[in-house]
Amino acid sequence: MSADTVIEAEGLTKTYGSKVAVDHISFTVGRGEIFGLLGPNGAGKTTTILMLLGLTDISAGEVNVLGFDPAREPLSVKRRVGYLPDEVGFYEQLSAADNLRYTARLIGFTSMDREKRIAEALNRVGLGEFADNRVGTFSRGMRQRLGLAEILMKGAQIAILDEPTSGLDPHATSELLGIIRRFKSEGVSVLLSSHLLERVQSVCDRVALFSGGHIALMGSVSELGRTVLGAGYVVDIEAEGAGLADRLALIPGVSRVEQTGIGKVRLHAERDVRSEAAAEVVASHGRLKYLGVQEPSLEAIYTHYFESKPDETLKEGARHAA
Amino acid sequence: MRREGSAFNGLGVVMLKELADHLTSIRFVVLELVVMALAVVTVYVAAQDIKNTVAEDPFLFLKFFTTSSGSLPSFLFWLSLFVPVVSIGLAFDSINGEHNRRTLSRILSQPIYRDALLFGKFLGALLTMAVALVVLWLLVIGLGLLFIGIPPGGDEIARAFVFLLVTIVYSGVWLALALLFSILFRSAATAALATLGLWLFFFVIWPVLAGEIAQIVVPPDPRYMALGLQTPGTAVLEQVLARLSPSTLFGEVVVALLDPTTRALGPIYLSQLQGAVLGAPLPLGASVLIAWPQIVGLLATTILLFVIGYVVFQRQEVRA
Repeated sequence: MSADTVIEAEGLTKTYGSKVAVDHISFTVGRGEIFGLLGPNGAGKTTTILMLLGLTDISAGEVNVLGFDPAREPLSVKRRVGYLPDEVGFYEQLSAADNLRYTARLIGFTSMDREKRIAEALNRVGLGEFADNRVGTFSRGMRQRLGLAEILMKGAQIAILDEPTSGLDPHATSELLGIIRRFKSEGVSVLLSSHLLERVQSVCDRVALFSGGHIALMGSVSELGRTVLGAGYVVDIEAEGAGLADRLALIPGVSRVEQTGIGKVRLHAERDVRSEAAAEVVASHGRLKYLGVQEPSLEAIYTHYFESKPDETLKEGARHAA
Repeated sequence: MRREGSAFNGLGVVMLKELADHLTSIRFVVLELVVMALAVVTVYVAAQDIKNTVAEDPFLFLKFFTTSSGSLPSFLFWLSLFVPVVSIGLAFDSINGEHNRRTLSRILSQPIYRDALLFGKFLGALLTMAVALVVLWLLVIGLGLLFIGIPPGGDEIARAFVFLLVTIVYSGVWLALALLFSILFRSAATAALATLGLWLFFFVIWPVLAGEIAQIVVPPDPRYMALGLQTPGTAVLEQVLARLSPSTLFGEVVVALLDPTTRALGPIYLSQLQGAVLGAPLPLGASVLIAWPQIVGLLATTILLFVIGYVVFQRQEVRA
């Protein structure tokens, strides 16, 4: 395991009787990376997470979390990893701070350390003023934030979030994603699972698409877009300048130029041609107003992949990705 | 393969939280208040009774626990209802409650083993029962002092104290059973009904059933019947069967402890009475010795039920 890898799974398998829930999956998560496990319900995401935490037995394969084996050293793993379960629950009759106090005692923080960590964590997720309110009065979004506060309080190096955004309204979702991004900026690795593709697309560095216990596809969203949709790069330019479209068409790698409006051009290219396009506009003394590359939508990738592949090739692809 | 770290990490934390939760829970406070009220009434009535009739009894104080008057059953009877019901009330949603509140996976993702959670919950509930029973016990003794004004003797206090300990052990049986059912059944209501049903079966139905079964297996001898006596074989079998119930075991221990003249639990042969001074009290040690198998039986039942629950819980999936 390299110094920058925090989770390494190799041939991870979970069977319940004859039913295979997770089938030989392999992946790595790097330090400070946001890694998404995406796929429909029942695809094996939660089972994978529970195996990483040592909360369920591993049927076959190897896992390494921060240098520890969750099956043999669960306490070391659980001390360093924070977990936000799907539809997290708290003790309703206790206040937010009391719920965290209980967890902090279980972790074994000293009482001085405890209060400082709790206050800090609650403030960071925006629940500082609700510290003494009973969790019974909290909305779904507030509970999720309280769950994140617990991970912050723990000082976890890895945050594992199971469906963190499900059932949240758009405002609460964007708040939550904001907190998750802050995890990353502090060097905390995040492993999150979701069946809501577009929501998590914006935060994940890399994703693994689950299907029937396999990892069907893995990589960054734009990589996946290219492999699956074969679309290459789509670069939008808004600029003023004479004969710009013709000049842009001459850039090596550009396959097609499309006029999408007055002064608006769309380039279809097989690589990222943004810098060349910008240089070209400037060289022709044009005024560049907008230059952007279109990210492929994860939803499109997912639908396209699973619709275009019959069962056989799907398994082939899964083995390939694994 | 040895596990890393101690299985008891976090045990004290879980135990104290459970204790705090129970002591502040409405369901516990209500039951405790009801029993306290019953204790006051029964001890008062018993005191009136004692003043009138058995004034020369050397074990006067123990009568507070056992005297029933007219339609009002003794304190002991209320206790034998209260202990199982409250124990079951404390523990029937221990594990499935955590499941249903969706707190289980969050708590188990903290650096503790499942052992700590289960053991902490059991000990927390047992400690709660112990607190409640000690309070009740002191209440009865205190009221007894107030009502008749004669201080209890050392032997009486010792007997009452052993009785208290046995009652706590007895509550452990029902706690362990309720805990087991809270692991087996995902729905708290199912677990509560199953545990209460089993208790009612053992408390009400089994003693009757044991007699019937014994009569079928060993039909009574007409010669004994002609004398108005129980056939020894039938009586022994009936007792063996009845002792499968924890409430029977508890009842027998209580008889041995609170009635110092008890020489044996169960049928007695005339030869065993040779040289005995009938009605003379036994020393405490001898009384405990008589009830020792029953006490061990109660302890063993508790441990057995807890272990079954432990094994099932270790293998259970945490996901909802």
